[in-house]
Amino acid sequence: MLQTVFFYAFSIVLVLSALQVVLAKNPVQSVLFLVLAFVTSSCLWIMLNVEFLALTLILVYVGAVMVLFLFVVMMLDIDIETMRKGFWKNLPLAICLGLVILVEMIMVLVTKPVVVYKMSQTDATLSNSNQIGWVLYTQYSYPVELASLILLLGLVVAVALTLRSSEKNAKYQDISKQVAVSSLGRIEMVKMQAEKPEIEGE
Amino acid sequence: METLQNLLGINLGFFVWKLICVIALVVPLTIFVAYVTLAERKVLGYMHARLGANRVGPKGLLQPFADLLKFIFKELLVPTKASSKIFTISPMIILICALVTWAVVPLSPTLVFTNVNASLLYVVAISSLGVYGIVLAGWAGNSKYSFLGGVRATAQMISYELAMGFALVGVLMVSGTLNLIDIVKYQSVGMLGGSILSWNFIPLFPFFLVYLISGVAETNRAPFDVCEGESEIVAGFFVEYSGTTFALFMLAEYVNMVLVSTLTALMFLGGWLSPFPASWGIIGTANMAYLVLKVCFLLFGFIWYRATFPRYRYDQIMRLGWKVFLPITLVWIFVLGAWMVSPLSIWH
Repeated sequence: MLQTVFFYAFSIVLVLSALQVVLAKNPVQSVLFLVLAFVTSSCLWIMLNVEFLALTLILVYVGAVMVLFLFVVMMLDIDIETMRKGFWKNLPLAICLGLVILVEMIMVLVTKPVVVYKMSQTDATLSNSNQIGWVLYTQYSYPVELASLILLLGLVVAVALTLRSSEKNAKYQDISKQVAVSSLGRIEMVKMQAEKPEIEGE
Repeated sequence: METLQNLLGINLGFFVWKLICVIALVVPLTIFVAYVTLAERKVLGYMHARLGANRVGPKGLLQPFADLLKFIFKELLVPTKASSKIFTISPMIILICALVTWAVVPLSPTLVFTNVNASLLYVVAISSLGVYGIVLAGWAGNSKYSFLGGVRATAQMISYELAMGFALVGVLMVSGTLNLIDIVKYQSVGMLGGSILSWNFIPLFPFFLVYLISGVAETNRAPFDVCEGESEIVAGFFVEYSGTTFALFMLAEYVNMVLVSTLTALMFLGGWLSPFPASWGIIGTANMAYLVLKVCFLLFGFIWYRATFPRYRYDQIMRLGWKVFLPITLVWIFVLGAWMVSPLSIWH
């Protein structure tokens, strides 16, 4: 009974916030509604007893990805009016894409799940995170390795895009040089006479 | 709890009991935090060779309450053109995230609000939400100073969260569990079981150092407090806040300090375990007092760093997080893995 109430409460919040992501006038607000959608869906997952996935969703998407997203959106000066101009022109394409995604999701729901985990008897005592670890690193170790390689590739590409070592006039700070500076190299002590000699005749 | 459930029915009784638990947890915590602020002023004072707050009450002991009263009676100002909703919500986000984390933090093997299996993951997940309060507070104030502070805080917290997470991986590897109570328990067993040598901070010393320093950076405390650097951006992300909302920011900062200290004590310093051999009677048994002592010591450290170190330059902070701590933890994870499978392993 109580579970049903919570389920519907979270679902309503989830659907409304997902709608607001598209409808909100301010881009920062839509990012915030997306955060709310993530948090409520993670609450729903917790109700399904998959605490590891739920907490990872919050940790990775809400705690890291969305913060960077928010960061970028705040920096941009987005003009909503110019972005709305192409609305009617792009509508047919958007509807087509939406239908394709809808059909895909329905197919996922209707067909049998691809991932089948055969739980052995000893696993019943293990916690949720332990079970996921076992499955990922035994049964599905190759897909995990593949996914991590793709991520590594993305990382290397991002570094390669911003690396400026080939430019000759790029300026860098060498921290070890900065730390190793001694006062003798910077300050020169100059002996001066305490007073200027008086000019004659004054 | 049973009496309440008999009296009010199963669900309502459970709810009322948990509510009582929340109050029993949050009120002492808040009072403790209030006295941490006083301790900071006093300790900083003595380190600067002055007296610190000593006017309100005996030896200044009522000072935190005087501060609170002052904050409450100040006017709440919302700048023009600020997004007023987000402006009022963001201090609440910070404080709620700081307080909600305490739901899974154990104070002794039995004294814990909820004992969940993935409590460590929960703590890390919720504390990563706190950055929203900061970045939104910086943005909503519609001021350049506060925006710069928010941007700095975000970049810094994300950078150090990584190093902190990898330091926790080391702890996870040796204890093999995400449950904070079990993590403490596994520090009392093994080859060196029962002695101070089996606490995680000695075999995992590099992780301990990285976690300790990242904890200071994560709470935006000196010497990592560039996001509120007075000399450049006035007060950083809370420059536009006044009265109670400002007090909420301060409260959240100190609650987070206590939280990070408690987590460090639980994961690396053996939590409630006693540093003395078990044969020494009462001082040799595990006790909550030991946890409180360790937390107080770490909190003193927080104040000590503030009095000792000058503020880091921003590029130095980024360099320390990404180019020093991250490689150190990554290499040590491999070293630790090799150590654990070698015959020299002390975790059997």
